[in-house]
Amino acid sequence: MDSAFIIEKSVFIVTIFAITMVMAMYSTWAERKVAAFLQDRVGPNRAGWGGLLQPLADGMKLFAKEEFEPNTPNKFLFFVGPAIAMSTALMTSAVIPWGDKLHIFGRDVVLQATDIDGSLLYIFAIVSIGVYGIMIGGWASNNKFSLMGAVRAASQMVSYEVAMGLSVIALIMMTGTLSLKEICVQQSGFHWNVFYQPVGFLIFLICAFAETNRTPFDLAECESELIGGYHTEYSSMKMGFYLFAEYANMFISSTIIAVLYFGGYNYPGMHWMVENVGVNTANILGIGVLFAKICFFIFFYMWVRWTIPRFRYDQLMNLGWKILIPLSILNIIITGICILAFK
Amino acid sequence: MSASIQSISLSGSKKQVSNKEMTFLERLYLIAIVKGLWITIKHFFRKKATIHYPEQTREFSPVYRGQHMLKRDELGRENCTACGLCALSCPAEAITMKAAERKKGEEMLYREEKYAEIYEINMLRCIFCGLCEEACPKDAIYLTISKELVPAQYNREDFIFGKDKLVMPLEMAMKNAQLKNAN
Repeated sequence: MDSAFIIEKSVFIVTIFAITMVMAMYSTWAERKVAAFLQDRVGPNRAGWGGLLQPLADGMKLFAKEEFEPNTPNKFLFFVGPAIAMSTALMTSAVIPWGDKLHIFGRDVVLQATDIDGSLLYIFAIVSIGVYGIMIGGWASNNKFSLMGAVRAASQMVSYEVAMGLSVIALIMMTGTLSLKEICVQQSGFHWNVFYQPVGFLIFLICAFAETNRTPFDLAECESELIGGYHTEYSSMKMGFYLFAEYANMFISSTIIAVLYFGGYNYPGMHWMVENVGVNTANILGIGVLFAKICFFIFFYMWVRWTIPRFRYDQLMNLGWKILIPLSILNIIITGICILAFK
Repeated sequence: MSASIQSISLSGSKKQVSNKEMTFLERLYLIAIVKGLWITIKHFFRKKATIHYPEQTREFSPVYRGQHMLKRDELGRENCTACGLCALSCPAEAITMKAAERKKGEEMLYREEKYAEIYEINMLRCIFCGLCEEACPKDAIYLTISKELVPAQYNREDFIFGKDKLVMPLEMAMKNAQLKNAN
């Protein structure tokens, strides 16, 4: 392993980290803007042009707030909760292929921090750890509302992770690989997986909403019933970490949807671009395309938030266990039959 | 034929409730969700209802009671004689004043021989009822002329408005005089 390789990867990882943070930051701005526009308002527009400095102002406010700690015997866990939430939200971006490769200084720079074989499994593992942040925080808050929120979040995650995993199994049967890079390469030339796995995509999308605790599945922090849910007792930057982690999760899950089902960095005519215009231009355009897809899905999350009201708890469980899981199993069977019939 | 009690609609807006089973497509909810998404995205591109106060202000009605103004007459002299009727009529006890006698050479400043040396309204107490305006015998205080809202402040003391903020600007009095002459 030469030092140039290490430098290349470090630069890349720091860049991804920065981009994830900035995206999460501006998701909060976008959330407020989109919410306002969908409700015929204009949203934040005082801090900077179009309110673009609003996330900075929010962050400064959170830093300047009093750090309140409830009288809890679990001081350490209270501190660890937001840390876990934040670090798991940032860890998933390591295996995502942001683009094919760039040709810089005579080297082929692969636009992925690490291309491990089981990258899909890695993502699932990290996402499941994410619920510990919420659970530990809610438990350590020593508050019944927080505990209720944490319990809800845990049961919701457990239920929907099953359906999510099953819907991805159908995809894996088709692609025959767990590597996200490989899945991306297979989708080149407009062979997007969403055309072959529409039902699987739908299940995955619904489960992604549940996994990120977004409306209509935001039972873990529903204000009308549980005050703030698991982060009721949190203040200052610990609270900021939870909110930030939620938006980072949203960014990552949008990315995963784009990579798994919408061709990742691929766009129609990419091969032609690589041959005729140049590797770098084609791939920078590819990164742009991937981010356009991600931004669309982030917008979609917000769009749905202001359209559909929250599910009741029993409806949530019904949907998860009685509809999505049987449907995804059926999807696996049909996918299997189709593979046997056409290959 | 007399209608049965079930079919009478006293309000004229009675609707028959239907409890029919939903079809499979309806139970999927996906179509309803897509319809809902369509409605919300239409609002995304709609004209916004927001008025960007303070850059833009809403148009006030002619009788809107905003910040008070102590009037001047056409020669630019203050109308107020510090009789104290406004303070007496004020239900919120927001008005205080101190009277003074007009000196020689001040005839162009004050219309009567007595005037208000200090005139203060506490805008936190004021309820903008307009009773001071009704009580005034000298046509001196008006809430409908300024067409301004009392602006927000950081300190309670800043809400006590003195004559510097209340008396009509001279230019406005001159303009009024010109308008009157033109007519």
